[in-house]
Amino acid sequence: MPETLLNIALLIAVLILIGVYVSWRATRLDRLHVRLETARAGLDAALVRRAAVALELAASRQLDPATSLLLAAAAHEARIAETENREFAESDLSRALRAVVDQPDFRRTLAGRQDGPALLEDLDAAVRKVEYARSFYNNAVTATRAARRKLLPRLLPLHGRAPLPEFFEIDDAPPET
Amino acid sequence: MRIGIVCPYTWDVPGGVMSHVRDLAEALIGLGHEVSVIAPADDTESSSGRASGTTPLPHYVVSAGRAVPVPFNGSVARLSFGFLSASRVRRWIREGRFDVLHVHEPASPSLGLLACWAADGPIVATFHASFERSRALSAAGPILQSALEKITARIAVSEKARKTLVEHLGGDAVLIPNGVTTERYAMATPLPGWPGDDGALGFLGRMDEQRKGLPVLLRAFETLGRERPGLRLLLAGPGDTAEVRARVSPELRERVVILGLVSESDKVRALHSVDVFVAPNTGGESFGIVLAEAMSAGAPILASDISAFSRVLLGGRAGALFPVGDAAALAGAAGELLDDAPRRKQLSDEARAAVRVYDWSTVARDVVRVYETVAGGSRVVETSS
Repeated sequence: MPETLLNIALLIAVLILIGVYVSWRATRLDRLHVRLETARAGLDAALVRRAAVALELAASRQLDPATSLLLAAAAHEARIAETENREFAESDLSRALRAVVDQPDFRRTLAGRQDGPALLEDLDAAVRKVEYARSFYNNAVTATRAARRKLLPRLLPLHGRAPLPEFFEIDDAPPET
Repeated sequence: MRIGIVCPYTWDVPGGVMSHVRDLAEALIGLGHEVSVIAPADDTESSSGRASGTTPLPHYVVSAGRAVPVPFNGSVARLSFGFLSASRVRRWIREGRFDVLHVHEPASPSLGLLACWAADGPIVATFHASFERSRALSAAGPILQSALEKITARIAVSEKARKTLVEHLGGDAVLIPNGVTTERYAMATPLPGWPGDDGALGFLGRMDEQRKGLPVLLRAFETLGRERPGLRLLLAGPGDTAEVRARVSPELRERVVILGLVSESDKVRALHSVDVFVAPNTGGESFGIVLAEAMSAGAPILASDISAFSRVLLGGRAGALFPVGDAAALAGAAGELLDDAPRRKQLSDEARAAVRVYDWSTVARDVVRVYETVAGGSRVVETSS
């Protein structure tokens, strides 16, 4: 009889340990999802900001009309793009920005105009932040996907109904500084 | 922004990571941010403590306790670990209410790892080290994982550090290189008697390393020294002094001054002691920190036209260029510069302006952009339960 009691006690202890372990793993996974969502929000904010700065530059009256039109169109496309076209549209905006800013003497000329230095500073910051935010987001995706591939999350739905996150792949190479 | 920076290596011994943290912290303070650094440091008030030769901690540094020398990853590092350090880090995080926590070298068994473990919120991590293979890192992977998972943003200081990170821990990082504190080089008294009236050329770097290009400069000096009686050559850097002297013709020897390995402050003085600073490197430079230092000092520069130098010198605007390895061209260009004071002045001004891109204040601005990308409004870094 005491043997049965001991066995039951052992069983309960093992169950508690398993419970603690599963809940620790669930906490980790949950933290990863929070990090992922925060990174995604950061990436969206950076992309919106970049398009806004490109539009601001286009509307600044400091550029020639052709350049303004090119920038405004690319920024607008990036803004209204649906999810499936988003990566293409954002890459196009990167290319348009490079084509504009990498023109010979563009920086020097703009820096000499009214509000020019501030516009350049905003643009450089916005472009850089897209690069950073995307790297941080893709890192979070890598970590989350790796964690979800483990045996435990596949057996138990610790992650609730959250879909497997997708990488965000664009050309975000900045113009030359 | 309120920024908490974690330095894993002792503040008492200067080193790469420690000076990076110091320069970054000071640049951030210069940009108007509130910065607190926690680092291992000897903070005992006893006579054997900070009094014995160590300088007092800067106001922005908090001690996490004494560093202990331990073997780690193939060398002996001075690290802080254990319950006491862990609780100090935790308290520092709780009381700091930082908008962002910036951890350096979180994969080493020291404060960085402890901070990742204790904190919850926006965490930025900078990876410095680069190695071909690391048993320690590969073995530690699973232990590190749950702490490293919390890092929101990763920075690598070089392509090599980034590659090490990708290979050992997976995932990627953004590249933000080390800065140069240009201010430290800006002003200095020339060495006594320099540069003199008859002109002086300077060289800084390992004298026995072929790719630093000293032989090219010595060949050019054979011509130049004969054309210009009185022209002197100042050499500073580690290497065999006697061996270098033997390579100079006897009649020119007394005009070649070899300082050997010099202190940081004498290096700055040397840069201010010459009319033309020559960088004859034949390759292998990715950036050329020596060039950036010479530019900060406002030395008129004559450099070989390897692509890294040409880029830093804006294709010749911030320093004259000569075809790499060509001693005759070096001699010709140096002669022209020595005879043209206005041109030297112009190169000096352009160099001081161009080097600002590599200044810590510029580099720190990129780091702030990383902070702004991850810091979320009213959310501060908290201690995890």
